[in-house]
Amino acid sequence: MTTSDIKQVILDIIADIDDEADFSDLNADKPLRDQLDLDSMDFLDIVMELRKRYKLQIPEADYPRLATLNSCVDYLQPLLQNA
Amino acid sequence: MLNPFNRIVITGCGLVAPNASNLAEFREKLIAGHSEITRVDLRYFGPAPAGVCHFPETRYRKNKENRKGTRAGCIGVYCAHEALADAGLTPFTDFYDPARVGVYTGLTEHGTVETENEVYALSQYSYDTRYWTHHHNPRTVLNNPAGEITMSLHVTGPHYSIGAACAAGNASLIQAAQMLRLGEVDMALAGGLSEAVGSFGIFASFKAQNALAEAEDPRKASRPFDAGRNGIVISEGGCMFVVETLARALERGAKIYGEITGYAINSDATDFVLPNPARQAECMRLALARADLTPRQISLVNTHATGTQQGDIAECTAIRAIFANCPATFINNTKSIIGHAMGAAGTLELAGNLPAFADGIIHPTINIEEIDPECALDNLVADTARRNVEVTSILNNSFGMMGINSTLIVRKYAAE
Repeated sequence: MTTSDIKQVILDIIADIDDEADFSDLNADKPLRDQLDLDSMDFLDIVMELRKRYKLQIPEADYPRLATLNSCVDYLQPLLQNA
Repeated sequence: MLNPFNRIVITGCGLVAPNASNLAEFREKLIAGHSEITRVDLRYFGPAPAGVCHFPETRYRKNKENRKGTRAGCIGVYCAHEALADAGLTPFTDFYDPARVGVYTGLTEHGTVETENEVYALSQYSYDTRYWTHHHNPRTVLNNPAGEITMSLHVTGPHYSIGAACAAGNASLIQAAQMLRLGEVDMALAGGLSEAVGSFGIFASFKAQNALAEAEDPRKASRPFDAGRNGIVISEGGCMFVVETLARALERGAKIYGEITGYAINSDATDFVLPNPARQAECMRLALARADLTPRQISLVNTHATGTQQGDIAECTAIRAIFANCPATFINNTKSIIGHAMGAAGTLELAGNLPAFADGIIHPTINIEEIDPECALDNLVADTARRNVEVTSILNNSFGMMGINSTLIVRKYAAE
């Protein structure tokens, strides 16, 4: 998957969680939870969707690496390179 | 005369029924005997008559919250907001401290729908529990719907659910009245909620008891007191009331639907599912005594009868024991029109009859084609509404499994 593919995967998952999510002013270097209406349960939804869609088992210790859109890409790219 | 801080009044109503999403519409359809019971198709089970609610689900919170929460929570949030608006309490913080507001939701059961859906979802992942949802626990804790209401309204006082089978709606109002009288809260949002139409297990269990209604026309499936009745029509729904002390209601010039003057809850202590008419009669007598009323002073008995063979006869036996010589007491049944809304039944049925204090109309019991002689009650209002009745007090029965009985008496508000 390319960088933009992975960004789109994350945004698609968030759009499934919140159909009113507005990405127009999203800063890819700032925490997603500061910019979008996402709480702790929603964040776990993202983790669960990555597990369901790509069989990724993300350990809790790595959750901080999913904080921003760009950090998601950095973390997920090696895991999804063959996806 | 009771201290006005001990007198408890209902000042707002928000509801969702299988035929309405507000009290005015609900009342109009009940008076007309207008049923919108339909047929649903359930996973594993197949088709069955059921009461399904349609209402603006995103009026008070986002679709995202509805998906995260439960159907009972979604119904509860809508009803609670509507009740406050109806009570003239928007925002309620203009008059009440959010830490002094209680939320009490009556539930027959909770978590059945969510668990069934989640087990089904897990089956798509070969029952690998790593795919079991983190939403399971917050959705299925018993206080879930009440908690969803507090989050939506930013209420910080107590919230919890009252589990009382199909007596739960009445039990929630009784809880509210008690907490107000104890001075634990200054205002309560109390009512019953049901999401039961989402559960194949609830339908299949009633079917296994030979207690699930069936009819070619689903609107004719719920037929309490009729000789041809064959069981319960399961409905979803909700009704939340704003409950206050009379003193605070008068202080803010609130409209008053009625005053809770008597209540009782007791237990059969005899059978998991079969009713006990002697205990039901005791429950009604206790509520009458607490309300300081004689049976003849009751204008309307709104029955619990669900359309089961034994249940309807038991309640009629209990009612006859108390109201046999009460020529001015009318009797009706709301489930014939909306089905059995389980935990919501008590408060929905009360709401549907409270406007009788103002309009003097007793809504009819429908679907009685041939009265069961054992259910023949004097003054049963059937087929068409009874008009020009002076209604001053309503006795509302709700009974449930495990032998729980509840009776609530609401009087037309009078200053003295």
